Amino acid sequence: MTSAALLSPDDAILAERAAEWRSAYIHIPFCARVCPYCDFAVVAGQDNLVDRYVGAVLSEIELHPRWETLDAVSFGGGTPSRVAPALLGMVIERLRERFGLQNDVEISMEANPEDWHAEYSEQAAEVGINRVSFGAQSFDDEVLDRLGRVHRSHQISSAVRTAQATGLAVSVDLIFGEPSESIESWRRSVESAIGLELDHLSTYALTVERGTELSRQVAAGAEAPDEDDQADKYEIAIEASLAAGLVRYEVSNMAVVGQACKYNLSTWAQGDYLAFGLGAHGHIGGLRRRNVRRLDRYLSEIDAGRRPTAGEEAVMGWSSEIERLMLGLRRSAGVILGRGGSQFVADPRSQPFFEHGIIEVVEGRLVVIRPLLTDAVIREVLDLSEPDGAKEGDC
Amino acid sequence: MQTRNFCIIAHIDHGKSTLADRLMERTGAVTEREMRDQLLDSMDIERERGITIKAQSVQLRYKAKSGETFLLHLIDTPGHVDFSYEVSRSLAACEGAILLVDAAQGVQAQTLANAYLAIEAGLEVIPVMNKIDLPAAEPERVAEEITSILGGDPADILAVSAKTGEGVEELLEEIVNKFPAPTGDPDAPLRGLVFDSHFDTFRGVVCSIRVVDGSLRQNQELLFMATHERHNVAELGVLTPHVKPVQRLDSGEVGYLITGVKQLDEIRVGDTVTEVGVELPEPLPGYLEPKPMVFAGLFPSDGDDFERLREALEKLQLNDTSLLWEPETSRALGFGFRCGFLGLLHMEIVRERLEREYSLDLVSTAPSVAYRVTQTDGTVIEIRSPQDLPDQTMRTALEEPYVRAMIIAPSEYTGTIMELVQKRRGEMDHMQYLGPERVELTYHLPLAEVVFDFFDNLKSRTRGYASLDYEPDGYRESDLVKVDILLAGQSVDAFSAITHRTKAPEYGKSMVGRLRELIPRQMFDVPIQAAIGSRIISRETVKARRKDVLAKCYGGDVSRKRKLLEKQKEGKKRMKMVGSVEVPQDAFVAALRVDDGPK
Repeated sequence: MTSAALLSPDDAILAERAAEWRSAYIHIPFCARVCPYCDFAVVAGQDNLVDRYVGAVLSEIELHPRWETLDAVSFGGGTPSRVAPALLGMVIERLRERFGLQNDVEISMEANPEDWHAEYSEQAAEVGINRVSFGAQSFDDEVLDRLGRVHRSHQISSAVRTAQATGLAVSVDLIFGEPSESIESWRRSVESAIGLELDHLSTYALTVERGTELSRQVAAGAEAPDEDDQADKYEIAIEASLAAGLVRYEVSNMAVVGQACKYNLSTWAQGDYLAFGLGAHGHIGGLRRRNVRRLDRYLSEIDAGRRPTAGEEAVMGWSSEIERLMLGLRRSAGVILGRGGSQFVADPRSQPFFEHGIIEVVEGRLVVIRPLLTDAVIREVLDLSEPDGAKEGDC
Repeated sequence: MQTRNFCIIAHIDHGKSTLADRLMERTGAVTEREMRDQLLDSMDIERERGITIKAQSVQLRYKAKSGETFLLHLIDTPGHVDFSYEVSRSLAACEGAILLVDAAQGVQAQTLANAYLAIEAGLEVIPVMNKIDLPAAEPERVAEEITSILGGDPADILAVSAKTGEGVEELLEEIVNKFPAPTGDPDAPLRGLVFDSHFDTFRGVVCSIRVVDGSLRQNQELLFMATHERHNVAELGVLTPHVKPVQRLDSGEVGYLITGVKQLDEIRVGDTVTEVGVELPEPLPGYLEPKPMVFAGLFPSDGDDFERLREALEKLQLNDTSLLWEPETSRALGFGFRCGFLGLLHMEIVRERLEREYSLDLVSTAPSVAYRVTQTDGTVIEIRSPQDLPDQTMRTALEEPYVRAMIIAPSEYTGTIMELVQKRRGEMDHMQYLGPERVELTYHLPLAEVVFDFFDNLKSRTRGYASLDYEPDGYRESDLVKVDILLAGQSVDAFSAITHRTKAPEYGKSMVGRLRELIPRQMFDVPIQAAIGSRIISRETVKARRKDVLAKCYGGDVSRKRKLLEKQKEGKKRMKMVGSVEVPQDAFVAALRVDDGPK
């Protein structure tokens, strides 16, 4: 078997192997302030609840039935770096006790650059964190201001170098397309990030999500991100990254060989993962489950000894096949055609996509070769109906 | 008992229905408790738009100051230009007409048009100024205007406020004193004029009838002279305004007649009824059937609603024989109907009723007129849709309908009106001052120029002060061309238009520009072109979509993102495919909207 470490991030073998990995997601909702574009389950100014919250997460892990050994653990947020490494370490230990951790387990956390000091970095490494993803967003202080971020660009470089010195794999998140961000500003942000010799880079188009401060501003007449501007910037990022050895393996994600994010690869492979914490979503054996999104509810459910489930949805049979395509098509490696992919390729609705060079079939896999138009393809795939007479033996 | 048959004629919004209500209230026909505003307007749309569509009649009893009690038949008339034929049919049932003029607005185009109709029909006219309670009322000026048309002394013009009731008593006295009693021979064979009809779900066709000679009685066997149909009288009655069956209607009386006929088109409005078995009398002079002047395609937004639209049109036609329709197929809009209307307002009302009463979501094409085409073989055909226009090599002449348009406005707007009419290829017929500050302008105009937002333009240029009335004025040969709109090389039939050659570039540019804004970006560049034949006169391009992907889709939002994309897909399904181009339904609506059409 080829070691994952030697596979290119966009390798089909890696993409499929990820389906077998088992992971856990832990949500840390605390933030210094809420960014105007953010629609995640977050709370600001409630750091006094951190200890209690982590205690609740530990209890939630206890409440979960025993499961398989974990290949990946991901702390997301919110801002996990608002929480002391020792507390994160307690969560990691609890996961180890309850489920077990593989020897080569990936344990990643999201962090804000301004939180990342040498001491924090060393402690994080000590408790088992081996990968950190910085919410850098931009290397242009003016753009950072408009994105509502408190850190300065120099803090990003400093945080990245500190993490690298501690031996962590480092990823950086950037956001492009803030309406007043110039092309030059974006190019400098990309080049600055690449110049830090990253293991991994994520570039996200600024998106106006419903219910956010940004959406209210746009509704009130503020300029919205421009599609063409974002397309230009996306292409700049992909090109510059590739030249620096960062290979795009999903719409918004690039990595050097061996550093694709295991947890995320697993989710795009429709793999199984546990979820703990506020508003967290898990997926086991076709059952998608989500936790409550309100902090007080979350805490009181745990106090009452109940799992804080807000809802569940079984995704089975044809629906699951379609979901497999929807997730897999976001990857550069695409998806094995399978029943759904074969049907799509045979359906007249796929023809314009072939004609316009948007999709291709490569070695039995359906691949989106113009990632910026992925959703146009996915929308058609979602609309496929199950072929007649094929329903048996599917579930 | 003496009878007086009369109607009220007025420009739209001059208070006709309010006055009718007040007359009913003053004569005790309705109690105050029953009094709904504008009792005669029973349809919602009439109530909302403040206009009356179907003529109705009510019977009132009035005890005059002389002590004598009179039977009054008030026949309601529509107040809009599109319905002038309905005005004429109402006039034929009357001996008198109240010409109602808003004391603030003064004489308007339809005031004149209706006054002329009444005078031509030989009616006694009582001019009345309404709304004298308004602060803006100028009774002296308006009285001058009225007398400049009808003659007489301004001091004799009655002034009323239908709203407050002021002057209504005096008006009732005038009605019984000035309007002549109906002439007719009670002993002669029956002659009754069918001046209106409507369909009632429970009772079938109900005719409004004016008995001229003889009498109409329960169970009588009738002959409808124009259709040669025989029917028995099933029910006779009057509206008081409550339905009140009676045993007979005598010479001079007005009421309703039910015969058991179920189909509205079996009764011809204007027909004369007589009794079977008597010597046939001369039929009464009828009226010309109204002819649709404006045509447009109506298509259901959802193709599945085609049958429902057909049923709705059938039902509407039960009460509106002037509405014509025939199936039409559009590549862009699917299956629908080409409909003929009396005018723009008629079109709007029909559309609104279809949408409101039948819950249909409709797309209508740009209104068009009927063109006359002389083909190379010498035959002349009439086309109602641009798609039907024969190729240039197959025709020798193309004629368009003209109207004689009467515009009344404050004289300060004369210049701006002239400018507008000139742009619309109008030719002045004459100009006449109605008073020192009001002018009447008469033009010959192509109907096509009038139906396309002319009235809106006139209103906005004159700050709402101008009024318009028009009547058919024959056909004239014009230099007309068909402009096609092409999306990605494919002609979109719904957007084709016949225009004057000089107007073609403007139409093309405007449609292309609008569509450029309305058509969402697709996976490929979409050229939008306007063409006359194979000659492109205007072009724009909708650039291909470059980004259509969510930035993030992680473990945490799989279900949510899926639902979002599925919802977007549902939205796309509501689009119409024109060749390979997805066009949102509302793009058709917006592109074809008349009110902000090419200026």
